[in-house]
Amino acid sequence: MAKSLGPVKRKFAPWTEPGAVPFIRFENITKRYGDFTAVSNLNLDIYEREFFSLLGPSGCGKTTLMRMLAGFEEPTEGRILLQGKDISGVPPYRRPTNMMFQSYALFPHMTVEKNVAFGLEQDNLPKGEIQTRVEEMLRLVKLEEFAKRKPGQLSGGQRQRVALARSLAKRPKVLLLDEPLGALDRKLREETQFELMDIQHTLGLTFLIVTHDQEEAMTVSDRIAVMDKGVIVQVATPAEIYEAPNCRYVADFIGDINIMEGTVVSASAGRGEAGTVGIDCDGLPVAVEQQQCTAAAGDKVAFAIRPEKVRISLDQPVDTSVNAAYGEVWDIGYLGDFSVFLVKLPDDRIIRAAQANVSRLVDRPITFGDMVWLRWPHDAGLVLAR
Amino acid sequence: MAEVTASPHAGPARWLVVAVPYVWLLLFFVAPFLIILKISLSDTAIAMPPYTPVFEGFGAIGDFISQLDFENYAFLAEDPLYLRSYLSSLRIAAISTCLLLFIGYPIALAMARAPTSIRPTLVMMVILPFWTSFLIRVYAWIGILKPEGLLTLLLQAIGILGPTEQVQIFRTDTAVFIGIVYSYLPFMVLPLYAALEKMDATLLEAASDLGCPPWKAFWKITFPLSLPGVVAGAMICFIPITGEFVIPDLLGGAETLMIGKTLWTEFFGNRDWPLASAVAVLLLLVLVIPIMIFQNQQQKVR
Amino acid sequence: MKPSRFDPVVLTLGFAFLYIPIIILVIYSFNASRLVTVWGGFSLQWYSAMWSNQGLMDAAWVTARVGVISATIGTILGTLAALALVRYARFPGKMAFSGMIYAPLVMPEVITGLSLLLLFVAIGIDRGFWTVTIAHTTFTMCYVAIVVQSRLLTFDRSLEEAALDLGSPPVRTFFKITLPLIFPAVAAGWMLAFTLSLDDLVIASFTTGPGATTLPIKIYSQVRLGVTPEINAICTILIGLVTIGVIATSFTSKRTELRRIRDEHVAQRGAA
Repeated sequence: MAKSLGPVKRKFAPWTEPGAVPFIRFENITKRYGDFTAVSNLNLDIYEREFFSLLGPSGCGKTTLMRMLAGFEEPTEGRILLQGKDISGVPPYRRPTNMMFQSYALFPHMTVEKNVAFGLEQDNLPKGEIQTRVEEMLRLVKLEEFAKRKPGQLSGGQRQRVALARSLAKRPKVLLLDEPLGALDRKLREETQFELMDIQHTLGLTFLIVTHDQEEAMTVSDRIAVMDKGVIVQVATPAEIYEAPNCRYVADFIGDINIMEGTVVSASAGRGEAGTVGIDCDGLPVAVEQQQCTAAAGDKVAFAIRPEKVRISLDQPVDTSVNAAYGEVWDIGYLGDFSVFLVKLPDDRIIRAAQANVSRLVDRPITFGDMVWLRWPHDAGLVLAR
Repeated sequence: MAEVTASPHAGPARWLVVAVPYVWLLLFFVAPFLIILKISLSDTAIAMPPYTPVFEGFGAIGDFISQLDFENYAFLAEDPLYLRSYLSSLRIAAISTCLLLFIGYPIALAMARAPTSIRPTLVMMVILPFWTSFLIRVYAWIGILKPEGLLTLLLQAIGILGPTEQVQIFRTDTAVFIGIVYSYLPFMVLPLYAALEKMDATLLEAASDLGCPPWKAFWKITFPLSLPGVVAGAMICFIPITGEFVIPDLLGGAETLMIGKTLWTEFFGNRDWPLASAVAVLLLLVLVIPIMIFQNQQQKVR
Repeated sequence: MKPSRFDPVVLTLGFAFLYIPIIILVIYSFNASRLVTVWGGFSLQWYSAMWSNQGLMDAAWVTARVGVISATIGTILGTLAALALVRYARFPGKMAFSGMIYAPLVMPEVITGLSLLLLFVAIGIDRGFWTVTIAHTTFTMCYVAIVVQSRLLTFDRSLEEAALDLGSPPVRTFFKITLPLIFPAVAAGWMLAFTLSLDDLVIASFTTGPGATTLPIKIYSQVRLGVTPEINAICTILIGLVTIGVIATSFTSKRTELRRIRDEHVAQRGAA
């Protein structure tokens, strides 16, 4: 139903290729702990070199899914295929996956160097080679000078890098990252996100990241799987997830959105014109493009629109081919780059409209109590099943 | 009772908090050591108390120094019994500490790996025997270990021993080891458990994830990280075992030489207080290094 | 950490080793036969024999009094010492002070006992009830200090600061806020001090005098003559008392602990 949203990042999209073989395949995976079902009959394919995110609130089963891939948990039902081979029953220490732990799990009694070398030593590699690989990894994460320090003598950001170097040192087929940036402050987190993407691209590895931070998932991922209560709700690219969420849960979870309940009316309603479908949102007529709405006349639906898609002005729109609403500015949230206007319709419903602050604050023409017009094109909103 | 700056009106009460226990310990813990040192340097006398007081008033410093002599120490050095006692005590303490470590570590590890809900119960079960009298616990073993005791009966019943054979370990070093391990086990298990319990379980997952099988991960991760607990447990056991009296006295035989027993005999048997003091001073000297290690450990933990 | 399947075996063997000797001792205290290893049927005769043994009963009474007095003084001193260690950032000789707290925990009892005896002789105190009590106070206060200190380290200081902020002077704050909250640890410290005093043979043997024979000294002198069911009986009573005491304390302290956590939680929410 989603229309094409233009070129995908890096022009990398094996999931769209019909013959592509998945690198990792979760097949009918169910995980139960007693009465509690953490993951329920889940299917998912991840492709080689993909940067894949599992996104969801805590307790949605994303960490359990990752731990099953690492081998710390065994699925109750179903199987996991890695390069076509069933890996169930293989203990974690024999799996070609490595994990970066949320707590970093650095060995406190070993130096940075020893931590990074730990995995390589398990493979009984020659000493010289271990040394070379460790140096290479420390260079990659820019920690060469800290090789002899213990984890306790490092800052949070440095520890995060050691953890990354350690998990990359064995050149795993899949790198699993459990909330890798959760403990970092905002600025550092943003920098590190780009570094992670760089490293992933340079080494050509498959990354699977678990996060509850939607911005992080949007920034780094090729694709995102949004999870809720043990099931995957939507798997798509960040742009698709944002612009074309397939249900209310995803629309609400990712970003800010206005949602209004409505009923599909048969004919074009209000300002509607050819090629559009009319929705009556409790008295507010809204027209959307026909291809966006598969619901039949009389169906209860939800109309959703992102605040930045809603334009705000003091004048009544002259163009009749847009949707419009009239209301009073109830509150203004100043966010720096954006201002969010809370506009109260005559029936007390609030619609949020975001506007980029291209000019300085003093010049802002719209203020509290102003009567304003909101408008948005027919293809700006979404129709979601209720 | 906050920092000095936070409670400027606390007044003398503040200092009493420190001063009262401080003075008590100076008076009843430190002063006795100074006295024991002095008495170990004095002559035996027949009078009661059986030593010539060394220190009488602050004026007699000169007399005091001239009266000091090392004849008690010379005697200790001459008689091989004492040297053998010291060495034997250290040997028994060292072997017992190793035994305790071997037995205590698996128990502590199993406790640390048990479900969180039952851990307090397990800890309580380890502590409970410690609350019952030391003497009673040692006494309980007499009935088990003596030749016509319960162990003999048990082994005869299951056919390991013939009907006339008896277990011959009562009044031997073996019985002493059993008694020591039994009495000191909680002291070994608890520090080990404390160290193992606070270990981050994800470290073992990380090791496993990096290709390290569980038994190897134990030696590379778990054991090194539990070392503070190992040192604490070893010291808490080793130091008092070296000076142990009750266990060698009740379970050991004539050939079981331990310095605590020797000191007791010198004091209560031979009534030679200065010599007993010299024995005690030397025992303390032997234990200075382990005690320092223990103190250092405790301060680091805090 | 993931449990191993050997863990239950290890725990079972470990606890069997710890408990079987004590259980045997208790069982044989009800033995009708004088021979300790022959079961002659159930009997309470050794309990009545024990009861009519005047020397044993006198010793028990001395021990109880020494235990209560030394545990009480030891708890007060130990609590003060713990406050000094945790709350006083620095004072002259703090290192030496903490050394004096830890050393008695591992000091061989023969040394502590002998050195205290020589002190009492040197300053001319007649040995007896009070010298034993002082000796016990000295080593039990260190155990109390350790127990209370570990509780103080996890104590939420903002509760005291709140009281000070609301105008309660430091000493009153201690009695109204701090002490009630650390009370379970103080009570546990007292229990520990009392049982340590009850158990002690070596230090008491050195520091006692005429008329102050404690129960362990009495038991020891009888044990040297051989195992008797009468001793089993008195041991069983001691074990029973201690077990009841420990279990009761742990129940009440668990309840108090739960209440404390709830109170602190409410307090923190209120403060936030």
